[in-house]
Amino acid sequence: MIATAELESAIRTAIPVQHLEIIDQSNGCGENYAVLVVSEAFEGKTTLARHRYINELLRDQIALMHAFSQKSLTPKQYQEYLAKNAGAA
Amino acid sequence: MFRTAFRASFSPLRVAPVLPPRSFAIARRFITDEARQNLSRAVESTPVVLFMKGTPEQPQCGFSRAAIQILEMQGVPPEKFKSFNVLEDTQLRSDIKEFSDWPTIPQLYVNGEFVGGCDILLSMHQNGELEKLLEEKGVLPPLEAEAQPQSASA
Repeated sequence: MIATAELESAIRTAIPVQHLEIIDQSNGCGENYAVLVVSEAFEGKTTLARHRYINELLRDQIALMHAFSQKSLTPKQYQEYLAKNAGAA
Repeated sequence: MFRTAFRASFSPLRVAPVLPPRSFAIARRFITDEARQNLSRAVESTPVVLFMKGTPEQPQCGFSRAAIQILEMQGVPPEKFKSFNVLEDTQLRSDIKEFSDWPTIPQLYVNGEFVGGCDILLSMHQNGELEKLLEEKGVLPPLEAEAQPQSASA
């Protein structure tokens, strides 16, 4: 079982994080996570590069999971994301 | 099934095992040169290649199902699309993760280039980048051509 705290510390120690959500979607078994990372470190990086970066950070943990999903946004994109979701709700 | 298919189609091209190149020594896991070559051919065999769990008709995982639905919505023609079911081949399932340096399935390739997994596919679908990519790579006809069939061809 992978702990949320383990994923969180792996991400936070590597990059400056403005906002982080780690959602355990496994109903308790701890093998299915979705993460939302908002960081200025993603500025100027392609989505593929961001995902590869997070995948690499969490390599050992992801290897033990059934499913892993991520959103990697810059602070600006996160504001747009919030605005869009608020509009849709 | 995957490897059997390759044996059938590529057996004349199979080469004797050679010493791995130096970069091989620092690889985290060990994918054989032959597997790497086969996968290179596989991703270049068709413009759009998806490694997935299950089949397009019967996806065995929600992420793979989403990927298939997106490609269908984009209108990727069947003759330009090929999928490989990693659940039928455990070797393929582990090899493709190392080949792509990507930890999850599904995995999409367009013209031999890795595009991403389900999250990336979904966001590219939503923001229009996927359609643009498929047009640029010649998988889909450009929009102008559809909208103005009477205009002179360039």
